[in-house]
Amino acid sequence: MKLNRRLFIGTGAAAAVSLAAPAVMADGHGKPRVVVIGGGAGGATAARYIAKDSKGAIDVTLVEPSRTYFTCFFSNLYLGGFTDLEDIGHTYGTLAAKYGINVVHDWAVDVDRDAKTVALAGGSTLKYDKLILSPGIDFVDGAVPGWDVSAQNKMPHAYKAGSQSELLKAQIMAMPEGGTFAMVAPPNPYRCPPGPYERVSMVAHVLKQNNPTAKILIVDPKEKFSKQALFEEGWQHHYGGMIERIGPDFGGDNVSVNPEAMTVDIDGSEEKIDVCNVIPAMKAGRIADMAGVADGNWVPVNAADMSSKADADVHVLGDSAAQGDMPKSGFAANSQAKVCAMAVRGALTSSKVFPAKFSNTCWSLIDTDDGVKVGATYEATDEKIAKVDGFISQTGEDAATRKATYEESVGWYAGITADMFG
Amino acid sequence: MRIARYLNIAFAAVLAAGAAHAELAGDAETGKELFDVCSGCHEIGNGAQDSIGPHLNGLFGRRAATHEGFAYSKSMQRAGVDGLTWTFETLDAYIANPLALVSKTRMSFPGLDDSQERADLMAYLRMFSDNPSNIPEAEPTARGTDHDVDPAILALQGDPEYGEYLSTECLTCHQSDGSAQGIPSITRWPEENFVVAMHAYKNKLRRHPVMQMMAGRLSNEEIASLAAYFKDLE
Repeated sequence: MKLNRRLFIGTGAAAAVSLAAPAVMADGHGKPRVVVIGGGAGGATAARYIAKDSKGAIDVTLVEPSRTYFTCFFSNLYLGGFTDLEDIGHTYGTLAAKYGINVVHDWAVDVDRDAKTVALAGGSTLKYDKLILSPGIDFVDGAVPGWDVSAQNKMPHAYKAGSQSELLKAQIMAMPEGGTFAMVAPPNPYRCPPGPYERVSMVAHVLKQNNPTAKILIVDPKEKFSKQALFEEGWQHHYGGMIERIGPDFGGDNVSVNPEAMTVDIDGSEEKIDVCNVIPAMKAGRIADMAGVADGNWVPVNAADMSSKADADVHVLGDSAAQGDMPKSGFAANSQAKVCAMAVRGALTSSKVFPAKFSNTCWSLIDTDDGVKVGATYEATDEKIAKVDGFISQTGEDAATRKATYEESVGWYAGITADMFG
Repeated sequence: MRIARYLNIAFAAVLAAGAAHAELAGDAETGKELFDVCSGCHEIGNGAQDSIGPHLNGLFGRRAATHEGFAYSKSMQRAGVDGLTWTFETLDAYIANPLALVSKTRMSFPGLDDSQERADLMAYLRMFSDNPSNIPEAEPTARGTDHDVDPAILALQGDPEYGEYLSTECLTCHQSDGSAQGIPSITRWPEENFVVAMHAYKNKLRRHPVMQMMAGRLSNEEIASLAAYFKDLE
């Protein structure tokens, strides 16, 4: 019956509806329709939970351009040689076959919120009752003078995983002996707050083995960064002397790059570098702008159900959302997706709606068996997603604790990817 | 019974110094008799060897699962890594109900309800600690506290539908198919064991920081609902 349901989208929905719970909000066209844009930690999770828990009563379409999705989380571990790229690649077959989700590999290019339709690059149009946007991030134009996406092959961002990760890794492996790896770190807020610093740790791990006289230079516009004490302790311990960070006090906020010459200009002083990882300032994925729900770089949302403040029928998850206290992380997007899925089902099929609960934990690997973590729980208030309680790994923890933390992160990866992709 | 007398004297000193609770010290003689129940699996004293369970010499002050040469269960190893150390308080809780502190070990002992009996047993165990003088006097071998989860809490009937929603938060890390890799399985537990374990995190008897945080904001009803949902998850 699952196959039939998918084939009959938009035409024969009435035949399938008898299978399932009554659809109370279908706007005169049979089964209510949910379109999800973006198949990452937010979108894949939301699509899966709505399809799974509505047991066929809601028609779910997931729009994602990639056939194989590489998770950003653990892509640093790929750079460090702790995992293969193929191990962080996931496909959508189970979401289609087991949960009956209509998976469309295409780009969403426009949203008409009055007509409640999504236009796809391939020319087709999808109708929705509820739209869920989980498009991740895009980069702010001109954020790092001298760099734009056309330079991403010379100076990769590797902040969307996949070919960019492969390219950056190849460049690191090809660095001349004693060469310099530079990272232009992003300003707040950005995807995965500890990500750039875990990446530096992983690059240092690789260089220590293959190119021990190489240097790492971080140019950072931020005074402070996530898990700073833990990273700095670890860098000192594992990679003493290899890593230098230039913060805003020394011009880390006044940076331009020249991808042709492979130079970085830091507050007027030019540095020749061998590999340059530029992570520019970020904003919500482009479709948020096209849908007209963004306010500035991000999309303001209501905490209780992740609906956009501009349109109650458009929900926004993960990195793109301006929601309050949660960091932009895969874990957070997955957590928000489950609250959103429950609320959307409640609105469309009158299933029970429970109070929103959110949580997040971010693990980072500093070196082999040296894992650290930070996490918090959150609740929905009228204004925002507000932090309730939190914890962070301590400096000076013993090796057994750090090893267990790393092993826990591997377990979490298996857990969250099963939760996303089925 | 010289050691017992020593303990009583030490404890009297604590009382004299103004200890908050005028509680009875354990009696090692009675504890020795109680240890008969344990001796099927645990040896103690001169020449004690590991058998089904580890020998119990030098237990006080030791981090859980760190006695070398004994093949501890994964759960006990994890508890040790999380920071479980055998002190008066933790051992008292463990003897009261082993499952509260560590699930899924080979320890098949159902627990000693009577706090005086636990104090007696610990007074006996403590005679064989390598270095009893290192045991701080703030942790006297005294009457235990009540670690049991209130029967009214255990009797709560959870709502599996609410549990299903709440469970989505657990499933970011714990796998719904019960597989365990770095993170333990939480499916198909007997409801009571699940509830007891979650309350042990909530009360910070169990030490894992993520779980303390997650359990800490769950109400008694929510814990019951999760237990009701996970017990049947295939």
